[in-house]
Amino acid sequence: MTLIISLLSGALVYAVSVMYAGIGETFSERAGIMNLGVEGIMLMGAVTGYMTAVSTQNLALAFLVVLFTGAVLGLVFAFLTVTLQSDQTVCGMAMLTFGTGLSGFLGKNVAGVAANLKFENIAIPFLSDIPVIGPILFQQNLLVYAMYFIVPIAMFYIYRTRYGLKLRALGENPAVLDAGGENVFAMRYGYIIFGSVMMAISGACVSLGSTNFWSSGMTAGKGWIAFALVAFSSWNPLYLTLGALLFGFISCLGSTLQIYLPNVPTEIYSALPYVATVIAFILATGNFRKKHTAQPESLAVPYDRESR
Amino acid sequence: MKIKFRKERREKQTIIRTILTSLLFTVLALAACGIIIAASGFNPIEVYTKMISKVFFTGRGIRKMLDASLPLMLCSLGVALTFKMNLNNIGAEGQYAMGVIFGGAFAMYGPRIDGFAGILMLAVCCFAGGALWALLCAIPRALWDVNESITTLMLNYIALIILSYLCLGPWKAAGQNVGQTEKLRAGLELPALGGAKVSSGIVIGVVAALIIYMIYKSTTLGYQMSVVRYSQGAARFAGINIKRNIILALVISGGLAGLAGCLQYAGVSQRIMEGMPNNAGYTAIVIAYLSKLNPLAIIIVSILFAGLQNSSATVQVMGVPTQIATMIQGTIMLFVIAGDYFQRYRLIRVKEVES
Repeated sequence: MTLIISLLSGALVYAVSVMYAGIGETFSERAGIMNLGVEGIMLMGAVTGYMTAVSTQNLALAFLVVLFTGAVLGLVFAFLTVTLQSDQTVCGMAMLTFGTGLSGFLGKNVAGVAANLKFENIAIPFLSDIPVIGPILFQQNLLVYAMYFIVPIAMFYIYRTRYGLKLRALGENPAVLDAGGENVFAMRYGYIIFGSVMMAISGACVSLGSTNFWSSGMTAGKGWIAFALVAFSSWNPLYLTLGALLFGFISCLGSTLQIYLPNVPTEIYSALPYVATVIAFILATGNFRKKHTAQPESLAVPYDRESR
Repeated sequence: MKIKFRKERREKQTIIRTILTSLLFTVLALAACGIIIAASGFNPIEVYTKMISKVFFTGRGIRKMLDASLPLMLCSLGVALTFKMNLNNIGAEGQYAMGVIFGGAFAMYGPRIDGFAGILMLAVCCFAGGALWALLCAIPRALWDVNESITTLMLNYIALIILSYLCLGPWKAAGQNVGQTEKLRAGLELPALGGAKVSSGIVIGVVAALIIYMIYKSTTLGYQMSVVRYSQGAARFAGINIKRNIILALVISGGLAGLAGCLQYAGVSQRIMEGMPNNAGYTAIVIAYLSKLNPLAIIIVSILFAGLQNSSATVQVMGVPTQIATMIQGTIMLFVIAGDYFQRYRLIRVKEVES
């Protein structure tokens, strides 16, 4: 029983760490901007947060620095893709390389240094006493609790508000919004920066959440899994949650299976989440019967008033 | 009076302007990196001088730079080939690893053929390994329109895990602490070039670049690829088999990455190591972009980037992290992307008079 509880609660922690990035990317792609640099931004968020935590021992400040890092990188990305209308794939790769390199460069001094400061698990009174569900859902850290609210808010925002309607239109046909007097450029800037901040928080989940250290390239493809999940979930935060939980479960399964099947090489378990991502991604996004996909029509197309 | 700018699309892009803008923005990028280096407590001028002098101005440095440029060159040629068709092969890293694995399997379990025939078969095996790994992504892409960036990237992690399993497990050299295999037998080594002590792989790299350049310029395949790039609709209308072209581009691209592994294995390292691709597959993307996908430019840019990569090791003694190379690469790419705007548009000052 304790095994199942630790497996599921581990799955939840893993899921949340990719969901921040996933929801950020969802908003960004809904706005028509494909940000391939998720992994780089996550790493930058992880390293700046951790560095601040080590040097100031102030968790709130560290979190603010994470938000700030995300915002700055988002601003750079928005400038390149919206103002300069550059190719978004190329920009994403540049962001990825930049983030990976800079995070490794900056984080050299704190690699292997213990911060002893993280988002501690807080047991919620009464709720955490419920058998099975309590320890899984209500003995987590603040970042996980926040996610319980972010998903419904995101769903409500995208599908039930006037702003959400505009957001969806922004990714489908920005020219319509422009004709309606909306500032397409400002809106895209806003959503890119929001998305990027969320990706940076994902990084903080990795370095200041369940695991509490920094090593170069520590996100190990989580940013890409988040990116894959967005298309996998049809740009819907609720499906994203389900997908993330599934992947969290698969990747935590390895350590549990290892106890029962010690003869299987551990590499098989570490490869599981990646294999699962590829297979699930092909099955979910494959165009097997010319079906309609939910991909925003203008995704990765720069908006140019001249070529309207 | 307010100063405003208006953009105007340039009629055509000249090669000289392309080179000059790229160079200018590269210098700006280096300056920006200098600020970051200074902010982390090093003297940027000292760091840069050391990086440049050791690598670009000593015989040994140049030799090592040429050797290190081989995998970068072949991976970028492959990556550029897919970019030409608006496909993103981000999986050169994994295809490289798979190529090495196939090559290693041939060297260890294959027939003992040495000399030219042996090397050729080793190269074919490496090519096949990379091509097969890319085929796994090419088929879903061509048939069901599955985004190839995700699948190729995920396969990178899988290939690297398999590589590290082999290097730490069944293929591990006896009495070694690190994950690496036994030395390649002498008969399969790529000979060094004359007395220069540079691997003759550089010849293969340059020849590959020339062949690809010729394919772009003067074959039907090259023409079809450029049609597919600019308009899938037009390509379909002209009777070009798009699916075939997609698969072909990705498979050749993967094969070239596999061949990169072959050159590194048989020409430089002689052993297979854990994490052998060492980010060549990702650096290749930056190189391909900076070279504007031109195979001849790729030769030069790969050599320079190999120098950059090697130079990061020379400043390590000063306490500068080796990730400085990746950071500089990323910054250069960000800046050159921004610089490309000025190749596409010119800014014209508009004077607005207040009434």
